[in-house]
Amino acid sequence: MDFALPGDALVNYIFPNNHEVWWSLMIVIYPFITGLVAGAFVVSSFYHVFKVKEYKPIANFALVAAFCFGMFAALPLLVHLGQPQRAYEIYVTPHTTSAMSVFGYVYSSYLLLLMIEIWLIYRPHFIKMANKTTGVWGLFWYALTLGITTYNPESEKYDRKLSTFLAGLGIPWACLLHGYVGFVFGSVKAISWWATALQPLIFLSSAIVSGMAMILMMYAFIMWRRGGHYDYAMIRKFVVSLWIAFVLDWALEMLELVHVYYQRDLHWAEIGPLLSGPLWNSYVLGQITIFSLLPTLLLGYLVLFNAKGKELLHWSNVGAFMLVMQVLLMRFNVVIGGQLISKSSRGFVDYHFDFFGKEGVLTAVVIFLGPFVTYYIISRFLPIFEKTGGHADTN
Amino acid sequence: MENSIFRIREEVEEQDPDARREFLKHLLSGATTATVLMAFGPGISALASTGADGSKAKHRFAYVININNCIGCGNCVRACKRENSVPSGVFRTWVERYVITGKGVYVESPDGALKGFEAVNDQIRKETIRSVTVPKMCNHCDTPPCVQVCPVGATFKSEEGFVLVDHEHCLGCAYCVQACPYGARFINPAIEKSDKCTWCYHRIKAGKLPACVTVCPNKARLFGDLNDPDSEVTQIFKEDQWMVLKPAMHTDPTCFYIGLPREVI
Repeated sequence: MDFALPGDALVNYIFPNNHEVWWSLMIVIYPFITGLVAGAFVVSSFYHVFKVKEYKPIANFALVAAFCFGMFAALPLLVHLGQPQRAYEIYVTPHTTSAMSVFGYVYSSYLLLLMIEIWLIYRPHFIKMANKTTGVWGLFWYALTLGITTYNPESEKYDRKLSTFLAGLGIPWACLLHGYVGFVFGSVKAISWWATALQPLIFLSSAIVSGMAMILMMYAFIMWRRGGHYDYAMIRKFVVSLWIAFVLDWALEMLELVHVYYQRDLHWAEIGPLLSGPLWNSYVLGQITIFSLLPTLLLGYLVLFNAKGKELLHWSNVGAFMLVMQVLLMRFNVVIGGQLISKSSRGFVDYHFDFFGKEGVLTAVVIFLGPFVTYYIISRFLPIFEKTGGHADTN
Repeated sequence: MENSIFRIREEVEEQDPDARREFLKHLLSGATTATVLMAFGPGISALASTGADGSKAKHRFAYVININNCIGCGNCVRACKRENSVPSGVFRTWVERYVITGKGVYVESPDGALKGFEAVNDQIRKETIRSVTVPKMCNHCDTPPCVQVCPVGATFKSEEGFVLVDHEHCLGCAYCVQACPYGARFINPAIEKSDKCTWCYHRIKAGKLPACVTVCPNKARLFGDLNDPDSEVTQIFKEDQWMVLKPAMHTDPTCFYIGLPREVI
């Protein structure tokens, strides 16, 4: 060890049961993917709830993307469990004093809400396809209509009302889903790097940032593949929102850091050496300097100097990529970083990336690719960007 | 003390009903599943820790570690490993050696002190102000954070003071491992479930003492019933000279230390 140790320790002492980082990469990508769900949903709500017209072209896309991320949000948890076959017990015998026990209900209901909202929006498309196709595909589309093959202005009015209601309900639900993840960490008093009441807010704000940034990058990629018909007015509005969202997120993260530094209490006695030691590169240099300062300046320049066209498109995507990396690093630094402080308070645990194991990099990459593959498959069946798609596009 | 331990055998068995099965029966027979789940409040752990007749337990066990008596032989660690088939690399109990010098503190626990400790080197010996060996284990807290955070109630606190893990229901999520401030919990690599010291619950049920207590050559480890006025732990408790680890965590441990130096965390 070439850095200071807490607790007047002369040697790096770790409790014998602290040698392993029990929550590893799976628990890093779990809040990361969940954050993408919440952030993507917020983007869709800009139009579906708040009726911001500029977001109309990507409202349905963001909703479908949120669903795709949602499909894989719980998978890392399942992989992580020592007894995955018992995961259902969190539904049938939840221990209500545990913050984690609500996960099953919050996650499932949120995924259901997303499914219903998407179904309501694309119901006219399912009906149209069911009426004009036959055979196996006809049956497939008919199944998606749930047996209702007529659609009239009254249906549209009703669907629109219901989907707006669900979109509105989805906002607090998305906040609950991600705020809860932050609470799971923030409420652990045994780990000083986690224990803060700001944790749910930090997780939520960073979720919104990562989701927005990911949606911007996905939009740019899809539009590039479709011939480069970018909606620059939307991108500009998007960049302004993303910039503001990140400045707020960064402010919260810095508030927590400055607060714990200024207090100089028991927490800082452990956190100070942690940041100047094991987390120096990933947190100090990576998370709060390079991947925070640069995108803030970059997006700030695009917003304040009214960048347009390709300059706006390219640099906003560079900024969005850095923000996604910032949030990924934030998840890593919180989840792994907290466990690096041994509960002996006199040493730091060594963490090494595993590649092929259950919690390895390969598993994490495969799970993370899942939502994109799912989106690709769904986009073969849904007219996500076509103007003749769901009823929300007919406004 | 021995008598009191023998007396509790039947009662402990009575107070360990298959609460989960009962709970599921109630759940299935109820019409409104979600309401029932919420209405049960503390859930499984509360059911499991209450006696069959709802009465308070007659026994309130506690553990006392007298630092002044510990010689760091590691007998307790070896006995625990044997008794509970604890895999290598993880520990239900371990012993730490603190060598306190003017420059700072040397702390070590080589392989949990399974083979005791080697002699301190001469350079450190010259600087030593004092040196102690400190056994550590699950503190069987009265307000255990591990029990609070278990998402399925697989870990629970019995009224007699045992904090236990129901391996039939543990998910192996490791939230309890994170929540324990003492590093007493681990995921047992052999079974992929949470594990920890049980105060040798199976031995207590059989009227015996925990294995670590039995093998301690110098009475550094004591176990007994606080409800028994004649037990050693009750006498020590009355003297009010005990301390607990990490009191700022407010977990109310029932593992009490005598002669605990302030350097021990």
